[in-house]
Amino acid sequence: MFSGFMVNAWVVASVVAVVAGVVGFFVVLRGSAFVAHAIPNGAFAGAAGAVLIGVDTLVGLAVFSLLGALVIGVLGRRGRHDAVTALALVTMLGLGALFLSLSSEYEPAVYSLLFGEVLGISSNELAPTASLAAVCVLVVALLYRPLMLSSVFAEAGQARGIDPWRMEIVFLFVVALATTMTVPVVGTFLVFSLMIGAPAAARSFTAKPALALWLSVALALATVWAAIALSYTTDYPIGFFVGSIGAALYALGRVWAAPRRRLDVDGAVTSGTQPPSHPPERHTILT
Amino acid sequence: MSHFLAPVFETGFFDSDAVRTAVIVGAVVALLSGGLGVFTVMRRQSFAAEALGDVDTTGGSGAFLVGAGPLWGFLASGVLAAGAMELVGIQRTRGRDLATGIVLAAALGLAALFLYFDTTVHDTTGAAQTVLFGSIFTITGSTIPLVAVLAFVVVAIMLVIHRPLLLSTVSPEIATARGVPVRLLGVAYLLALAFAVALCALTIGSILSTALLVGPAAAALRVSKRPGRAILAAALLGAASMWLGIVLAYDSYYWPPKGTGWPVSFFVVTIVFVIYLLSGVPGWRERRRARGGRG
Amino acid sequence: MSGASGDGGQASRNEGPVLSVEEVTARLGGRTVLDEVSFQIGAGDFTGLIGSNGAGKTTLFRVILGMQPLSHGRVLVEGRARSRRNPLIGYVPQKFLLDPDMPLRARDLVALGIDAHRFGIARPSRARRERAEEMLAAVDALEFADTRVGLLSGGEQQRALIAHALVGRPRLLLADEPLANLDLRSADEVVALLARIAREQSISVFISAHEINPLLPVMDRVVYLAAGRAVSGRAQDVVRSDVLSRLYGHHVDVLHVHGRVIVVAGAGQDLGGHELRFPDAETHEVDA
Repeated sequence: MFSGFMVNAWVVASVVAVVAGVVGFFVVLRGSAFVAHAIPNGAFAGAAGAVLIGVDTLVGLAVFSLLGALVIGVLGRRGRHDAVTALALVTMLGLGALFLSLSSEYEPAVYSLLFGEVLGISSNELAPTASLAAVCVLVVALLYRPLMLSSVFAEAGQARGIDPWRMEIVFLFVVALATTMTVPVVGTFLVFSLMIGAPAAARSFTAKPALALWLSVALALATVWAAIALSYTTDYPIGFFVGSIGAALYALGRVWAAPRRRLDVDGAVTSGTQPPSHPPERHTILT
Repeated sequence: MSHFLAPVFETGFFDSDAVRTAVIVGAVVALLSGGLGVFTVMRRQSFAAEALGDVDTTGGSGAFLVGAGPLWGFLASGVLAAGAMELVGIQRTRGRDLATGIVLAAALGLAALFLYFDTTVHDTTGAAQTVLFGSIFTITGSTIPLVAVLAFVVVAIMLVIHRPLLLSTVSPEIATARGVPVRLLGVAYLLALAFAVALCALTIGSILSTALLVGPAAAALRVSKRPGRAILAAALLGAASMWLGIVLAYDSYYWPPKGTGWPVSFFVVTIVFVIYLLSGVPGWRERRRARGGRG
Repeated sequence: MSGASGDGGQASRNEGPVLSVEEVTARLGGRTVLDEVSFQIGAGDFTGLIGSNGAGKTTLFRVILGMQPLSHGRVLVEGRARSRRNPLIGYVPQKFLLDPDMPLRARDLVALGIDAHRFGIARPSRARRERAEEMLAAVDALEFADTRVGLLSGGEQQRALIAHALVGRPRLLLADEPLANLDLRSADEVVALLARIAREQSISVFISAHEINPLLPVMDRVVYLAAGRAVSGRAQDVVRSDVLSRLYGHHVDVLHVHGRVIVVAGAGQDLGGHELRFPDAETHEVDA
């Protein structure tokens, strides 16, 4: 399991997991699970297009991820955010369907694009993956404080001069970059699972933000390592394990947090009855 | 057909059985999905609809494993997923996106497994394509009765619940105060949604099914604030997109590069998206006028 | 067209006014939301911004925070023009966080108030921790400092938000309807807390509300906003039938019952001038 070509898989997957944990922490914080699912599906079209015209898949992934992020960010500002996200998602998938049908490969290409192919990672993909990862983590580290406040309390951030919409666009771009490097390993369908399962569990285990972030990364790594090991021994696709483990982690977190939620129901009786505005509309508060 | 329509419809369009079936089934599905979609968009449940579609991938690929038609698979997985989402708490706004996402993740993981079995154990070719991107031109006669039943059930449910559903969508508090069983309605609606998604998945594919549900509805709601009108408009826009998509797909048979036609689901989805973009034009023009007129 | 008893900005302390709003006119979507609003707030003043919903309170705050363009007039904060990010102003927003799973304790929320606008990750320093601790103590929030913000009650969240706004050592604290949705006891606690802060730390507190009574005991001045126009001054000078009638443009009665103030539109109208119909109304207990 640890010989020759598998080393590549372990290394790349680990890098991917770290980024997924970091970016995923904010995805969950901002309530952007849908967007995290939509952008990778847009990436699918890019990969399919790359296959069609014979370019490096990573390039296609990057271009269409960023394009998808832009479309969602711009259109979502005006219209209903979730409807727009859904539309952007399927439109790009439709494009992907077209590209795939126009090229000569079909079924195997579809499968590995959607569900990943960790064994297919060649050693010359390690460098671009690592660079993208470095960029993602760097951007998040740089924006950590304003991103935290803007994600948690957009209005308070706005009063301090932090523009929620600009934050959203930058964040979407980071998700796009994270998507680009994660898709080859886990596939477009399950990228978001890696980004939300681990952080969802982490936030249930601790209330300290920094610790929750580290825990997200740790759990994402654990997910990926377990998935590779299991996939190697059973020959089942890695996506199956990533999805299942992610769901299991989330369930664990829910169970752990159950007593606290009961408390919340009682607390809510005395606290304010104003429901929070749905997170994706965050950038329309005070606008 | 008269000569001036000849360029639009390639030869044989009106003679083909497959096309006739596609046109009828497609219209029925698009009409009811467009209408139902208005509620989906108003309830901000586009992600749930999308998730149901993706989950249908699991069902569809599972159906291939046991030799059943894809629609059965879509139906089974859709209903199960709707139940799971309800359990996990989809009707509460807080944390529901996360819950939906997790259900989706688990289901997609399973889909990966099923498709893997499809190709390796059963050597079923084309399973992925049929499930993912639809099979509107290859609907077998044996599927038609199920389509009819599902369509009937969806329309029946919506006819019965649409008024209290509208009230509970707009304001759950008022609805509760008037004795409307908000939660129960939500479940009934979710069931209708699962059925509609299954039907859409049959026509344009599991992962693209949301287009028919969300697109025409979102466009209609941008242009008209009255639910009744929006439902009608959405249904008609959906049917129009479907028909145009079918025509274009048929016409594209001899198009480059491969001469086997472009996918119908691509056309339908793209047309829906264009319609949505166009629906924003009136609002855009109004905003420009308002900005220009400011003293 | 504003101040009847135009409070000429006699700052109650030695320096010039902390906030000076001069003939501010602002438009939103073609409507004039603020119409030549003028008033001043001195150091350490506790000022209430009273007005019904839609009167323009939030818009006025946004103007002060530099988020809303002006058609006319200007805003000076300690003598300098307003800017997008003014460290002299602390803002306590109205919305609540209700996500019980959010990994953010009250303590973390307050710490974010120190330097959220700075890039990078904060180096965990003792000074930072102690400053947050100090603020939490000042608002009596130590007991729930380590609880998730999503689990706090309305009053507790309000206090955490106040600490978050204060930790940046502002000179002016804007609080957007902090008392809405609070039960009476929590509301009184928040008001008492804010008054104490104004007094002890010489911070000007400007708090908006649609009900004046909770603020009456501690208010130095009031800015009364109606349909975009404003009147400002001491409560006893402004909250009077003649002054408010002129402000609203139709007859308004100000009644005093058991030490509380009730503002009623005269002759069976509500404050919007609409006809009201009541069954035989007798005097009813105000101090519930």
